Amino acid sequence: MTDTTTRRTPEPGTWTDKPFPLAVKPALANTQQRDNLRHATTTIREKRAVRASEVPNWEELRTAAEHIKDRVGRHLDTYLVQAEEAMKAAGITVHWARNGDEANRIVASIATQKGVDEVVKIKSMVTQETELNEYLESQGIAAWETDLAELIVQLGHDLPSHILVPAIHRNRDEVQHIFTEEMGRYGTPAPEGISNNPAELTNAARGHLREKFLRAKMAVSGGNFIVAETGTLVIVESEGNGRMCLTLPETLVSVVGIEKILPTIEDLEVFLKLLPRSSTGERMNPYTSMWTGVTPGDGPQDLHVILLDNGRTNVLADPQGRAALRCIRCSACLNICPVYERAGGHAYGNPYPGPIGAILGPQLRGLEDPKDRALPFASSLCGACNEVCPVKIPFTDILVHMRHKVVEYKTSKHPTGEQALMKSAGWLMERGSHLATAQVASKAAGRVFGTRWIGPMPIPLASRWLRARDVDAPPTETFRMWWKKNREGGAK
Amino acid sequence: MSAREDILNRIREATRDVTESDPEVDVPIEWVYGQPLATEDVLADFVEKVEDYKAVVTRCPAGSLPETVAKALHDCGAGSVVVPDGIPDEWVAALEASGLTVRRDDPPLSSAELNSIDAVLTTCAVAMADSGTVALDHVEGQGRRALSLVPDRHVCVVRADQVVSDVPEGIARLAPGMREGRAVTWLSGGSATSDIELSRVEGVHGPRHLTVVLVEG
Repeated sequence: MTDTTTRRTPEPGTWTDKPFPLAVKPALANTQQRDNLRHATTTIREKRAVRASEVPNWEELRTAAEHIKDRVGRHLDTYLVQAEEAMKAAGITVHWARNGDEANRIVASIATQKGVDEVVKIKSMVTQETELNEYLESQGIAAWETDLAELIVQLGHDLPSHILVPAIHRNRDEVQHIFTEEMGRYGTPAPEGISNNPAELTNAARGHLREKFLRAKMAVSGGNFIVAETGTLVIVESEGNGRMCLTLPETLVSVVGIEKILPTIEDLEVFLKLLPRSSTGERMNPYTSMWTGVTPGDGPQDLHVILLDNGRTNVLADPQGRAALRCIRCSACLNICPVYERAGGHAYGNPYPGPIGAILGPQLRGLEDPKDRALPFASSLCGACNEVCPVKIPFTDILVHMRHKVVEYKTSKHPTGEQALMKSAGWLMERGSHLATAQVASKAAGRVFGTRWIGPMPIPLASRWLRARDVDAPPTETFRMWWKKNREGGAK
Repeated sequence: MSAREDILNRIREATRDVTESDPEVDVPIEWVYGQPLATEDVLADFVEKVEDYKAVVTRCPAGSLPETVAKALHDCGAGSVVVPDGIPDEWVAALEASGLTVRRDDPPLSSAELNSIDAVLTTCAVAMADSGTVALDHVEGQGRRALSLVPDRHVCVVRADQVVSDVPEGIARLAPGMREGRAVTWLSGGSATSDIELSRVEGVHGPRHLTVVLVEG
């Protein structure tokens, strides 16, 4: 059924199978993409800074958010059971899924029960994580993305590269091309002779999706928050595609990560102030929908929530790493990150790029895949993400912690060159006389290199390190020599 | 073992380091809920923030509200309007007198019918000045959710006493209704997107036009 000739929806791209240091090379060489990303991330981080500075108690809000999320994480079983009871009482069918496959199968079985062969979707990170669309496609069910950026990605046979603006790597000319070529194949075509003006392109998306909204019988969403005390689900969005999906179809299935719980309605005041300002740099996102079960005569009458683990309990099990579960998917850490700005999202090899991807991905999925072992190193540890995070995730602490875990993983499998290196370094630092001996060699090297930079070269052990770094040649005079000359028996 | 039991067991295993069983004792939250924001003129703040979203704000005294609402609908180009239950008869009379075609949601209109109506008129539950947000809780006067979504223009009446300074006060006013199970929709300007090069475009799937009529006195 996945034969390209019988597909219902555009075939997406495939994630790179290379670890970050290799995957990043073509991205760095793509000057168009770097241009697009620099423009976009610069714009959005300036807006964020302005909107955050307008709030007098911004830091207190961040601390409150940190505390609320920590409370939930440390007592997640209690809050999940409370949320489940409240949702059931409000008429929601609650499902639990250990992993993505289980969640996908539940969504497909609901669609089959309802006799639908297409669903409209609200942008959701969690269904990217489970690759729901491709599973539904394999079951003969078409999943239509309705967020503008997700539509650009879907019609472009592409992959998301940002958690908030998945088509951030595309500029207006590319979007014009994609809409002109592809819209007509999957529904209402783009208007004849459409320009690259964002307003015109947006209008084309409105026209293309309108018929899909009006005929849809089932929608699939994620969820920003679930309030445990009332079982209320909350979705924040901008375009109204979310409201369309949450309001018009008869059946709504929301796939939500188990960490998305807030204890009380009042806790929303903290997050609804922090999230829009951190994410799109607006005082408030255009639309926020909150629903507490089924309302007779208003909106979907058959509501389902799938509570998904998919590795979140692995994250929770690490007391140092679990702060990553505070994440509310605002993307401020991506927008401020010098590595993300240059590399773009695809190089990270999964739907969660940037600093949050580097700390969350390897914890969710484990360290078996070399791609995941590379991610904690995709950072200069500059710490800008720590400063902008609305829930105060200590990114750099967790990055260093994860690097440690990666090294432990590797050495548990087999001895590594790194271990030998550290052992020699240990000997070197043990005594001054050891260091002096070694410095004879470094002085010699300094004379060989002169003032040239050292770049990639086939030195055993150091070659992989040098692949991504240029270093100064070693000095021809060591500090010990300088000290002897200037302090011990020198001029003074 | 069911997925539910499995996941709950995994959580309990993962949080074995947590020894205090009361969440509120274990992690105190340093935050005072429901705080107002200090402001000199809450209505002016609200108007400024709503207009910043490129939405239209019209202020009027209570006496001229019906005519102001009719004018607002004409000004945004509406020829027809859907009016939910609970909108006062005298407003409806003013709309009809001004030449607007008034539709009622009784029996409930289909999505296609709503799509063919130019505008919707509603009241609101509360408005939050600092973020320029209007909140609906879909009781009388506000209609079911589809009414304020599918038509392309939304005229929303906000009473001055419904405007609070900031989100925390807004949540406090909405919380009792939410605890009764009411659905809530927040609107901050019309629909918008920044998905192409992060340049903001007003008007996508939700109403592309929002007029807030602010009634004083």
